[in-house]
Amino acid sequence: MSTIPGLQRPAPVSNELTKPFWDACNERRLVLQNCASCDRLLYPPAPRCDKCGSADNLEWKEVQGKGHIDVYMVIRDSRIRGFRSAQPINFAVITLDEDPGINFLSNLPGTPPGEVPVGAPVELIFEETSNGQLVHEWQVVT
Amino acid sequence: MVSGTSWMRNREGLGVWEHRGKVAIVGWGQSHMDRRWDGVSLDRSCGGLTKEACLKAIADAGLSLDDIDGLITSRETRAEQTWAPRPYFDPPYDTEDGLTYASAEWIQRQLGLKNVKYLKSDAPYIGPMMGLAAQAVGDGLCETALVWYPMVNLEGRYGHNNPQNINQEAPGNTAFSLPWGYQNGAMFNNLVVFLQYCQKYGKSHDGLAPLCLNLRRNGLMTPWGYYALHEPYQLTREDYLNGRVIEEPLVIYDCDRPVNTCAAFIFTTAERARDLRQKPVYVLNHAQNNGRGRSTMATLEEHQEAVASLARKMWEGSGLGPDDVDIFNPYDGYLTFTQQFLEGFQWHGVKLGEAHDFYADDIRVEGPHPFLSSGGNNGTGRNRAVLYADSIEQLRGTAGPRQVTGRAETALAGCNTPDSCGFLMMSNHPS
Repeated sequence: MSTIPGLQRPAPVSNELTKPFWDACNERRLVLQNCASCDRLLYPPAPRCDKCGSADNLEWKEVQGKGHIDVYMVIRDSRIRGFRSAQPINFAVITLDEDPGINFLSNLPGTPPGEVPVGAPVELIFEETSNGQLVHEWQVVT
Repeated sequence: MVSGTSWMRNREGLGVWEHRGKVAIVGWGQSHMDRRWDGVSLDRSCGGLTKEACLKAIADAGLSLDDIDGLITSRETRAEQTWAPRPYFDPPYDTEDGLTYASAEWIQRQLGLKNVKYLKSDAPYIGPMMGLAAQAVGDGLCETALVWYPMVNLEGRYGHNNPQNINQEAPGNTAFSLPWGYQNGAMFNNLVVFLQYCQKYGKSHDGLAPLCLNLRRNGLMTPWGYYALHEPYQLTREDYLNGRVIEEPLVIYDCDRPVNTCAAFIFTTAERARDLRQKPVYVLNHAQNNGRGRSTMATLEEHQEAVASLARKMWEGSGLGPDDVDIFNPYDGYLTFTQQFLEGFQWHGVKLGEAHDFYADDIRVEGPHPFLSSGGNNGTGRNRAVLYADSIEQLRGTAGPRQVTGRAETALAGCNTPDSCGFLMMSNHPS
């Protein structure tokens, strides 16, 4: 389960497009689609490259898992049932160092709500969801 | 032809709109507005309110029921709260159609419209729907279209009964957002963009206070609006700054309040409009955005480029430019939206990062910069139609105490969000 007390994350359901991504998460690896002809990362996974429009040159590429905190807020009254018992909880946007045009969401486990160091480096971790599927998370580099 | 999204003017390079000045809005009707439907009063159900609005719009135009040959509406009524199995009533209130939405077919039956040749019940929300209506009339699918947009609000906390938020699983694209607490809808991503804006330009949430107060002021001069009807008092800056936090830093007064209501409009050809009761409000162009950001969260830069592109499409299709727009009514459903539209369209010369300074200037309807003269949705409740209704009234010169003291010959209105929206350019003159 999550290291954030009370948090019950909804579990991702994979499909044909996203299965390689979620399988890699279960191996504690972060892989993103990459368009070989544009040398452009895609996240979330998409059926075709958002730049050239081609579906023919997409491959899965493991990324390093280093990022920075862009902005954040604190969720205090979530509509999502699994989050209500974990409130207040951080909600941050993380940019990927390898390509800052790619961003991820994070609850920043280990960082007290509201005490988020904007601009700080973060590193990849994985957390368990309600059905055991791992999801990618980020924690501040200490 | 109006099918799929092919009718949309969502790309640059399309040139002047082929029906520029050949379509006009000649009628408008607004129903009663309550906070919620009580579940009992059938004249205040979605169907009941829709009939009221439609009949008012037809009367406003000086038309008869037999003049209507097109019916256009949207199912995007935001009736998120579900309380089925619900009690049904005697016909025609024996299905959801009539209670929580009102289809073209339902209205055709209830009003006894005999000459309808074009029905569309699945138009998108009001922003693009108004463009669709103009295109349908311009394309000759109908001559006189009755167009309505209900907003439905039932009992219950907004969004809390949405099945997606109760589900223990996150299917499809939600798998990349829901596990981290991202809530569907416009708030989270646009709040992220707002935070990026504040970070980049050194601004803060309190910079929205003057806009909020002025919207309430304008809204109190909109007699059919929620606040004028039900809570007729002005907010103070302290009220705003101390408002209940919804999602930091957004407070309750940054969020338009869901209401139960319906608005209707009549679109017809410029030729037909000549002899009607109201001064025609000509449509000079419609334009849409329906993109999304590259990654999980659209960014400030992506939103800024989205609105800049929307503006270029609007100028290209209408033949007007930023200096030509007198009335500007962009959506304010979250108060953070409007700065994107204001800066992207550069209304009254506002450039990137300058919106909060502009709000602190004189934006009253009597002043030199009567921004959102409608009162928007923060000033009248979330009906969205007020953006168009006020534009029409301002161009007609019938906005009463809200009438701007400056020039009111052209108006630009639209919603919803910077990256997903539809806007309409209106004018007192066909060219």
